[in-house]
Amino acid sequence: MSHPSKASEFLQDAAKAKWHDETLWFVRDKRDNISKTIPEWEELRELASQIKDNVLANLETYLVEFEKNAKANNIHVHWAKDAEEHNQMVLSILNEHRCKAIVKSKSILTEECHLNPFLEENGVEVVDTDLGERIVQFLNQPPSHIVLPAIHLKKRDISELFHEKLQTEKGNEDPAYLTHAARLHLREKFLGAKVAITGVNFGVAETGEFVVCTNEGNADMGVHLADIHIACMGVEKIIPRRKDLGVFLRLLARSATGQPITNYNSHFRSPAPGKEIHIVLVDNGRTDQLAREKFKNSLKCIRCGACMNTCPIYRRSGGYSYGSVVPGPIGSILSPGLDVKKYSTLPFASTLCGSCTDVCPVKINIHEQLYEWRQEITKAQGTNTKSISMKIANGIFAVPFAYKISGAMMRGALKILPDSITYSGLNTWGKQRDLPETPKETFKDWYKKNRT
Amino acid sequence: MSSRENILTKIKAIPRENSLLPEIPSFEFPMDHKAAFILSIQANKGEVIAESELKDFIAINRFEKILNLAKGMESLSTQPLPSDAHELNELEVAIIQGQFGVAENGAIWLTDENLGLRALPFITEHLVIVLEEKSLVSNMHEAYQRIGAQHSGFGLFIAGPSKTADIEQSLVIGAHGAKSLKVVLTNL
Repeated sequence: MSHPSKASEFLQDAAKAKWHDETLWFVRDKRDNISKTIPEWEELRELASQIKDNVLANLETYLVEFEKNAKANNIHVHWAKDAEEHNQMVLSILNEHRCKAIVKSKSILTEECHLNPFLEENGVEVVDTDLGERIVQFLNQPPSHIVLPAIHLKKRDISELFHEKLQTEKGNEDPAYLTHAARLHLREKFLGAKVAITGVNFGVAETGEFVVCTNEGNADMGVHLADIHIACMGVEKIIPRRKDLGVFLRLLARSATGQPITNYNSHFRSPAPGKEIHIVLVDNGRTDQLAREKFKNSLKCIRCGACMNTCPIYRRSGGYSYGSVVPGPIGSILSPGLDVKKYSTLPFASTLCGSCTDVCPVKINIHEQLYEWRQEITKAQGTNTKSISMKIANGIFAVPFAYKISGAMMRGALKILPDSITYSGLNTWGKQRDLPETPKETFKDWYKKNRT
Repeated sequence: MSSRENILTKIKAIPRENSLLPEIPSFEFPMDHKAAFILSIQANKGEVIAESELKDFIAINRFEKILNLAKGMESLSTQPLPSDAHELNELEVAIIQGQFGVAENGAIWLTDENLGLRALPFITEHLVIVLEEKSLVSNMHEAYQRIGAQHSGFGLFIAGPSKTADIEQSLVIGAHGAKSLKVVLTNL
């Protein structure tokens, strides 16, 4: 997995890449505008951060409290130490109820556990019901953004896809028309499903309830028509008190898409008469991350995606260039915790500008953690071309004479060297960048002439 | 060792500094609740209408499948609540009583006792929520104070109609759930 090579694939289609960049910046802009209408915005971020710090410091206590209260509300609570156990758990609930088809709403955790392919291998039909997720599922692709799963696609792509899969008119690219076709297709699936799977945005220890937020209403359409609701939840999604939801629901949608709240915010406390709710609490590397002092704060993430929308690298390289379930800045500090070798290029896919940290609603120091991962990875990896050139530069800057003549040499050399050498593969900074024209004299010479 | 024990033991073994759970202060809300609420609902692509406009909406569209659960709108109902939510698939209008609304974002709180069936506000083609004007609170902190220790199997904030922007970020109303949300503010 190499971010730079995947990113250059994305950049092949320059027009699409530009659209991607500008569209995500537009979402970032909406986030800015709405956050400025809340005078206490910064105080809310600080509160959210403190609540999450308290959660991480007392995680075991809150998990036990959550379990106790959820069980008292007739919710079945299961624990899974890793993705495999999580998937088996879900499958065994399905088998118990002889269920061969499910509907599923957005859940990054089930993507992380690769639940869909696992269930399909075991003969279960899985239908993702979020429109963006259904689109990428038709294409056998993962989501490219955690909030906007199909942001890498244009309406022309979707029109062609729906023509093939849902028999829509050829060439009709109207988003309203295409959405309506998906509505009819998914309505059938909702009405037929016995089991619905959802993710969880927040689990409340105090009450044992959990909250799921959507704009489409797809999680609720699935869950309330099915007999069984399985909710998959990472252990870090716990919050202590019901009133903490006030803080997080004010921050989540404003940070994600610049809207004041998602249109549906469902609080599940106990099953409706005759129905069942199951919660699967999943570790899958989270406790390992909690043990890493420098990186544990990444577990505060509420999956709003604001760091992706603002990131100059994400916007210009696309979600797939990260090769990890959670892309973008937050993904680049979470994924190396899961497999440092596989994701070794991700912490370098950043300018360290710190914009991600500035917009994060729970104040995760994302860019500092990216820097820390670089230290860990470089220590483990040894030298590369860039570090050799840095060593040479270090030698030149340390000796005044060497600095003086190397400047003159480079000014001369750059004029006569052919582009094939100046912009060779060794100089990655030469890709898509032109060197400025070489000045005739040094600044030192200019200063001597003009100022002394 | 079970996975439960495994996870809890692993967490316990990690040395962590304690960090205090903050108290959540109350924040001032400078706008008039009603004016702010109406703006919020509009921003969420819903609409605040008068009771007479609701009757017009039903008449003009010739809706025939209407289910009412709100106070004072009984005469509009054309069908009773079924026992199975699947039977609501053809429902054109659901009228529900909201408990209270939130001025800052237009969210309206509903629980099992308002919904009859949990699927109702999602599966209906059009959703109408009747809300007492004096029930409006300023922000989400006040909302959760108001909810307090209320115990319901299912609680829900609805802030607008079902919507999506998953195709090229173009906003489309009516993804899977209600294609419109109308709020009738009553002043009793």
